[in-house]
Amino acid sequence: MAKVKRSPWVLHYDGSSCNGCDIEVLACLTPVYDAERFGIINTGDPLQADIFLITGGINSQNQPVVKQLYEQMSNPKVVVAVGTCACTGGIFKECYNIKGGVDTTIPVDIYVPGCAARPQSIIDGLVQAINLFEKRCDDYAYQLNAEGQ
Amino acid sequence: MTIVNVLSVVCFIVFGPLIGGLLSGIDRKLSARMQGRIGPSVLQPFYDIKKLLNKQRIDIVDTSMSGLLLSYMILMIMSGAIFFSGSDILMSVFVLSTASTFLYFAAIVTSSPYNSIAASRELVQIMTYEPAVLLACVGFYLVTGTFNVGAISQTDSVLLWQLPGFFIAFVFILTIKMRKSPFDISGGHHAHQELVQGITTEMGARNLAIFHIAEWYENVFLLGFVALFALNKNLWSIPLAVVLVALVFFTEVLIDNVSARMKMKNMLRITWLVTLFAAGLNLLVLMLVH
Amino acid sequence: MPITVFLIVFPFLCAPFIYCIKEPKIRDHIMYAGVALIMAAVFLLAGQWLANGTKVMSYYPETDMIDHIILVVEIGLMCLITFLSFKYRKYWVSLLSIIPTLLIAWFELKGPEMETMNHIYVDHLSILMCLIIGFIGGLIIIYAVGYMYGYHNHHKEYADRRQYFFALLFIFIGAMFGFVLSSNLLWIDLFWEITSVCSFLLIGYTKTEEAVNNSFRALWMNLLGGTVLAFGIVYFGCSVGTVSIHDLVLFGNMQNAAAVIPIACIAFAALTKAAQMPFSTWLMGAMVAPTPSSALLHSATMVKAGIYILLRLAPAMRGTLTGNMVSFVGGFTFFVASILAISQNDGKRVLAFSTISNLGLMVACCGVGMPETIWAAVFLMMFHSISKSLLFQTVGAVENRIGSRDIENMHGLLYRLPSLATFMFIGIAGMFLAPFGMLISKWSALKAAVDDGNILLVLFIAFGSATTGLYWTKWMGKLISRSHRGSAKTDEITQKSQKLSLRVHAGMMIMLCVLLPIISQVFVDPLLIEMFGTYTDVLSLPILIIMVVIFLFIFMVPVVAFTYTRHQESSVKLSYMSGVNVGNNNQFVNSLGHNNKLWLSNLYFTDFIRPERTMKLSQLIASGWILILFCMILGGTIL
Repeated sequence: MAKVKRSPWVLHYDGSSCNGCDIEVLACLTPVYDAERFGIINTGDPLQADIFLITGGINSQNQPVVKQLYEQMSNPKVVVAVGTCACTGGIFKECYNIKGGVDTTIPVDIYVPGCAARPQSIIDGLVQAINLFEKRCDDYAYQLNAEGQ
Repeated sequence: MTIVNVLSVVCFIVFGPLIGGLLSGIDRKLSARMQGRIGPSVLQPFYDIKKLLNKQRIDIVDTSMSGLLLSYMILMIMSGAIFFSGSDILMSVFVLSTASTFLYFAAIVTSSPYNSIAASRELVQIMTYEPAVLLACVGFYLVTGTFNVGAISQTDSVLLWQLPGFFIAFVFILTIKMRKSPFDISGGHHAHQELVQGITTEMGARNLAIFHIAEWYENVFLLGFVALFALNKNLWSIPLAVVLVALVFFTEVLIDNVSARMKMKNMLRITWLVTLFAAGLNLLVLMLVH
Repeated sequence: MPITVFLIVFPFLCAPFIYCIKEPKIRDHIMYAGVALIMAAVFLLAGQWLANGTKVMSYYPETDMIDHIILVVEIGLMCLITFLSFKYRKYWVSLLSIIPTLLIAWFELKGPEMETMNHIYVDHLSILMCLIIGFIGGLIIIYAVGYMYGYHNHHKEYADRRQYFFALLFIFIGAMFGFVLSSNLLWIDLFWEITSVCSFLLIGYTKTEEAVNNSFRALWMNLLGGTVLAFGIVYFGCSVGTVSIHDLVLFGNMQNAAAVIPIACIAFAALTKAAQMPFSTWLMGAMVAPTPSSALLHSATMVKAGIYILLRLAPAMRGTLTGNMVSFVGGFTFFVASILAISQNDGKRVLAFSTISNLGLMVACCGVGMPETIWAAVFLMMFHSISKSLLFQTVGAVENRIGSRDIENMHGLLYRLPSLATFMFIGIAGMFLAPFGMLISKWSALKAAVDDGNILLVLFIAFGSATTGLYWTKWMGKLISRSHRGSAKTDEITQKSQKLSLRVHAGMMIMLCVLLPIISQVFVDPLLIEMFGTYTDVLSLPILIIMVVIFLFIFMVPVVAFTYTRHQESSVKLSYMSGVNVGNNNQFVNSLGHNNKLWLSNLYFTDFIRPERTMKLSQLIASGWILILFCMILGGTIL
């Protein structure tokens, strides 16, 4: 399964944020940093994505959307919460419409702190996510084999 | 059917996706270099396919899309096989258009909004490129007197000199067929289209893998078609054909990187004009000469 | 009494009988019996002809009596048309009937003495036509019996004149038999007029203003053709002293100057009948009539009469100005009508444009007049008859069921009316998709056009087949799309008789595809030899067989793929709508926070194609071309 590591496709969703993390993430994924050399593709389509990268907190309007996008991704998948808002709700936490961090809605695997999260930590988080994705792929294959037998 | 024909068909079926995948990798590498990036490994497409095949299968509503996509791939292989077996070129083109029809069905069967719009666009693309393909076959027939691929590839001269107009028209529509800008209106290879992932929006995991493999077969088939413009019975024509194919491929990648997407109607208008003038004039001249 | 006479006379005798019976049950059974008899007779005729060694059979050298009866009928028709034209205040239309009838009457009574000839003529082409008319036409009548129940349930506003409608259908069939079996041009002219008048009456069935207008348009266009036809016949009769169509073709083959004008006239008449470009509007207008009559007009009869006569004349048109006129108009119509079909969303109008377009291809093939093109034209005719009839019948049945024939409303029909949608799918596939034979004919037509050096026709076919693919494929796509308006099955009200007809059609369609090489060898090749004397294979038998094998394989691919994927486990997801679906694939939350229902529509390009303008423009081009070439033909012969 070593090669799986080389093709992580990312779905990026920006929740209730100040857009700072959003811009940082896009900057990481744009041609300037050439994420494609690691096989990373920023796809807009949950059905094709492996890593769900969320910036910003969850509010009552985007909660069903996040839930649905997560459900549309095929297994195995990894969720990365980027920025303080995505991790805990951050500065908006006490707002009337905010539910909190992403983990209030879907299970989060990797937390990337920072306000806004620095490119270094975003890339670090992605690398961890890729490793986790690889491990899950192995588990998934193993599970399929076990079922097959 | 001689042994050579059988061999070339087997080669196409076995090595077709390998060459196609490699070409796709080279395409990505070239594009990256043109944009001043390092780009992924040339084997990247294979990594992608491997991952897609290992993920959980997903479908929308039911499995009809999978069935239709599988049919698309099989028919695509078949049309390429007919071509590389050296039999009738028109037959392979007709099977090719049937295969494209199945892609349309696969895209529209889910009734998903993005996919349906992209499917309609795909249909218009099919309509746009079909005359040029048919006329290219007619061009071969006019010069060699046969629709048989085997016979066409065994002439004395390089057909390109007699069929420049048909060649131009064919290369022009190749941009549509290979989903390259400015004609990647139903979905291309770049992220962030206005239609999400275009015609592949509802294809995930294994379905997407099937789609890509079918596309690789198609590209190999189409480049084989291009090679036919250069191939003849002399051995030196083989490197010539390879150079021609490489040139065409490079041109397509270049065009992809230097142009923005066009509106559908402009695509139709421009392509048909080019087909009419380039191929039509060539046809006129050939008919007057013969 | 020979069967040929039975075929012509029997439907005419049936008609008044059916008209008089008011009891529906009895009438239905009489109609079934009549159709069965006609089919049996066609079968017998084919058998007799086979037993005779497929040689040409001809009868009736002496027909003075019948000739007089025919004259009387013709004058009767003239009176009928004149009466109706005055009734509906379209006075000038009557002129188009009075002039040719008087001309013919003068010719028969005072004109030069004609050579004796056989009036009934049975050869490969007539047999083929009889089979098409007898079987497809017969099945359409069977279908009509069931259809009219649904029609009058659905359209309470129209007076129920069912028996009149059925009677007309029988007369129509009889006239068509007469048309394809006679070799006397005067007889052909009479049957020509009868079909014109019949279609006029059928189109005007509902008596609405639109129906009346459309029926008069059909009438004057066909009568115009009839007038030119009459002139051609009289000219030929006066200059040569015979009115046999076979002599005409012989003279034409010998490049005899006397045949040039008559052939041009008849070809022109055929263009009106086959609804080619300047005259296409009558067939579009014919859509107002109940569906069986559209099916009959489009598939088995009427328009096929034009093709039949062009096929007869084809060898004589080879390389002449007339051939040039016909092939250009045909090719042009093929292309333009297919573009126009793209812009239509009414199922029947799409079918009508596609009929015009396909007829265009056949006409173009006839105009080229080479054995290869005739081969293609004959196969096109067979495939077109069956699939068009099948399509019209399914559209009619669907309309009765869902109350609309808009293609947009057929979204997900496969899940709502599975059997009807499947028939429709087969019919459409027959019109253009690879496993079916239409494509083979197009292929052969393309090859022949290249051989002939007819550059315009090559371009028309190349571009036209692309546009043809578009409108059919998008229709098929609509049928198979998952319904976004609920996929509850609606129960069928399709009558048994309708279903029978549909099943037979679908069966014939598939048989025709599979048996194509055999039909080509056993039937079409001899037909071409009969027509041209010599003939070399268009597509050799091994190629044909390989093709059928490949096409069957293509047919199997989706079946195998479906059974393979059906049993695979996969996780079912919602379709992607930016994450805002409301729990299913039919609705989403819009920017105001409200639930929006999804509505998917096909592309029609109406702003790009601008149907009306395109129609006018192409009518102008086609009329210009016909006018110029007609002048050249007349000038070339007379001067």
